[in-house]
Amino acid sequence: MSKIALKVNGRSHTVDVDPATPLLYVLRNDLGLQGPKFGCGLGQCGACTVLIGGAAVRSCVTPTSAVKSEITTLEGLASNGKLHPLQQAWIDEQVPQCGFCQNGQILTAKAMLDKNPHPTDAQIRETMNGTLCRCMSYYRVQTAVKRAAKTLAEIAPASKEVVA
Amino acid sequence: MIPSRIEELLVTNRRGFLRTAGLLAVSFGTSTAAPQGPGPYPNPDFHQIDSWIVIHPDNTATFYVGKTDPGQGTGTGFRQLMSDELDIAFDKTTCIMGSTDITVDQVGSGGSTAMERDSWPMRRVAAEARRVLLEMGSARLGLPVDQLAVSNAVITVKADSSKRVTYGELIGGKKFNVTLDGANINAVAARAKTKLVPELHYTGQSLHRDDIPAKVDGSLKWAVDVKLPGMVHARNVKPPFACAKLTGIDEASVKSLPGFIKVVSKGNYVAVVCEREEQAIRAARQLKTTWEKPPVAPFPSSENLFDYMRTAPGAAPQAAKAPMPDGATIVEAEYEIPFQGHTAFAGAHATADPSNGQMTVYSNDMKSYGMRRGVATFLGMPQDRVRVVYMQGPQGFGRTAAEDAGCEAAYIAHEIGRPVRMQWMRDEETAWDTKSPAFLVKMRGALDAQGHLIAYDYHARSCDLNHVGYNEPDTVLIAQLMGSRRERPAAGSSATPSDSYVIPNRKMTGEVVGLPIVWETPLRTGNLRDPNGPQSTFAAESFIDEAAAAAKADPLEFRLKLLQAGKDDDAGFRRARSIAVLKAAAEKYGWDPRPSPKPRGTGDILTGRGVAYSFRGQTIAAQIAEVEVNRKTGHVWAKRIVCAHDCGLVVNPESLHHTVECGTLHGLSRALHEEVRFDTEKVLSRDWSSHPTLRHADVPESIEIVLVNGDPNPNRPDLPPYGAGEASLKPMMAVIANAIYDATGVRIRRVPFRADRVLAALKAAGV
Repeated sequence: MSKIALKVNGRSHTVDVDPATPLLYVLRNDLGLQGPKFGCGLGQCGACTVLIGGAAVRSCVTPTSAVKSEITTLEGLASNGKLHPLQQAWIDEQVPQCGFCQNGQILTAKAMLDKNPHPTDAQIRETMNGTLCRCMSYYRVQTAVKRAAKTLAEIAPASKEVVA
Repeated sequence: MIPSRIEELLVTNRRGFLRTAGLLAVSFGTSTAAPQGPGPYPNPDFHQIDSWIVIHPDNTATFYVGKTDPGQGTGTGFRQLMSDELDIAFDKTTCIMGSTDITVDQVGSGGSTAMERDSWPMRRVAAEARRVLLEMGSARLGLPVDQLAVSNAVITVKADSSKRVTYGELIGGKKFNVTLDGANINAVAARAKTKLVPELHYTGQSLHRDDIPAKVDGSLKWAVDVKLPGMVHARNVKPPFACAKLTGIDEASVKSLPGFIKVVSKGNYVAVVCEREEQAIRAARQLKTTWEKPPVAPFPSSENLFDYMRTAPGAAPQAAKAPMPDGATIVEAEYEIPFQGHTAFAGAHATADPSNGQMTVYSNDMKSYGMRRGVATFLGMPQDRVRVVYMQGPQGFGRTAAEDAGCEAAYIAHEIGRPVRMQWMRDEETAWDTKSPAFLVKMRGALDAQGHLIAYDYHARSCDLNHVGYNEPDTVLIAQLMGSRRERPAAGSSATPSDSYVIPNRKMTGEVVGLPIVWETPLRTGNLRDPNGPQSTFAAESFIDEAAAAAKADPLEFRLKLLQAGKDDDAGFRRARSIAVLKAAAEKYGWDPRPSPKPRGTGDILTGRGVAYSFRGQTIAAQIAEVEVNRKTGHVWAKRIVCAHDCGLVVNPESLHHTVECGTLHGLSRALHEEVRFDTEKVLSRDWSSHPTLRHADVPESIEIVLVNGDPNPNRPDLPPYGAGEASLKPMMAVIANAIYDATGVRIRRVPFRADRVLAALKAAGV
């Protein structure tokens, strides 16, 4: 066991675990987060996705000691009590069936839109392709990603105006 | 040890719920829920209105129903129907589902019965509650009921709307104490009549599903999230091959690992318990065990499965039963559908709490009542000392009807006297979950000189012995591994097609065959979303296409003619509704009549279209797909799919649309990807590469859903809702096979249509 410092959703924590422990179990069992889920433990499905330094990372195959940047989970996307446009798009498009995979869908989409705010349909399919859904909500996930991209584009110029 | 209030666990942090309903405070403590704590947990009495509906002093209501919603929006649908019957605003209600000590036993979910069967007792109880409240209002206001009006849970005097009393004022916080009639829960009845369709207000509206906000903001507490004081973690050590006999456990191989508590074992069942989750995972992997092989190979390899099924011991000869007239054109074909996995998105999981001499299991079991009976019998505990708290989990399409982890967690908790969280790992779940049975279907038909189908023979052979039930204490896997045996394994079934074609000399038969060893194997079968329907429909609807091609007829017109050929009374409008749904799909698609296959293209990408249709219960789905087949790689992409669907009364169009869309894509996944692979002693499909599923890149460019609903008279005031959870899955395998044939002229009779298999078929045919 060793003490490891983590910053998650803006808050600092110190956990005392075996450094090889996959980050997923620390987030879920030590920090009480429910967004990241165990799906496969193999990095194949995306249910455990978190953002580390803005990149979508599979926490089920990431040793806790390897984390060097701030972690954002699904719970950390909303700000000032307002849902992130992706989460709002997920509600507007009524995306989930069971919803178990949606943590991975939303965070993978977030990392994509942060890098590429106007993805083509082909880019969405390609970037999201490793994030699985057994209910087959894919079609709506893709629709919601496009809706969120549009909302984000509408918000962006407005905030620039405020700055100017 | 037990969370102080069950509703607290169910709704904690459900922000959408709190925001919209403001019901958190009132849903605590005032309900008919059995008191929390030491129990016992008797069954809520379905003859009491109080078991179904609680009206709170602030004029809101909580509905308690014995159903579970694995993600298709049925919970929201129940609220819509019950709000309408009770005459209360939808957003002043909430719905608690499927926890055995506080909701009546409506089995849970399965078979698309939510709206078709189980919404009726809910509606009748809500209508009766409204009637009783009106009588109470009449007494309070001193006027007969016919001089009163009711809206949004407020009773007013028709002649003077300032005179009013609310439901909450009449009964808030108190009990109805009204006993209902009915020999069983489905027959629950009372004096009040349910409303006719034109009187329903919320029913038919696309109200947002109430479970979605908490699923996208991370606040929902799922069954995987349950944490209890003193809880420990368990993981199974599965036998390395089917029907293996445990000969030794070397506990020293894990004893010094951090957090190690115990190896729990009985018969061939082995599990490891540790303080932390990752410790249990490591210990289960590291534990040294030795096993002995069974005397014979438990099954043939997946490569040889259909040869085995063709000559399986005990099977009846597959002789044609229908007479095939001399001089007719005979069409003959054999179809093969392999075992397919449920492969739920996460492994089976449950948390069991043995405190206070009770057993509480927190689970996403879709049939929580079955799990309760199974756990009680398995542990030898009285049923009223066991309860199952239903919570959300990954959709398993029937996997959680026999959700193995509940009995396992309860057994270990019982053994060690501490709360236990059990979860299956990915390889365990994919290899050892219940399987949809493999089918071998032989079909034969005769066409006369005019191209009419005048004889039809269908014989299905399914590999469906050892079909597990709903957490039965003698079929759940832990019981099998501990040596429990039924006298005989439960035979599943071999379904016949569910179309409404009128074909003279039509004979349909089926039988079930078993594998050499049926117990303690990962090839045990279980209900997967419309069990057996996709298999029988793949064969039957591929065959109709083959017959149409032999008759050089358009496949859609060929089907319509078979439906229009009926002369007798069209009971239930089954043929008329079939015709309407097929025509609706064709119209949306822009179908132009011509025989299949179309003249083959010259490029690398060949395009074609296919159609198929089926009933599931009273619900009809007709689908048309346009596919692209890559001649060089064998890759198949469904570029466009149209699905026309008739499930009678639509409760929530948006929610229905989504369920139909996802069911369609589930069918596409099974058509293109899914197959369980195994050698002669173990399953080799163990993860998402070896049992692949549909992915984002496979999704069609467009999916169009047409809700036909209720034809030939969609406006009839007594139109009932039928099921919608499964129908759109059913025709899809045949749709894609028929489209591949249209594009290439090559008929694929073996599911799934993976690129390598399609490419080999194309090459063999010289395409």
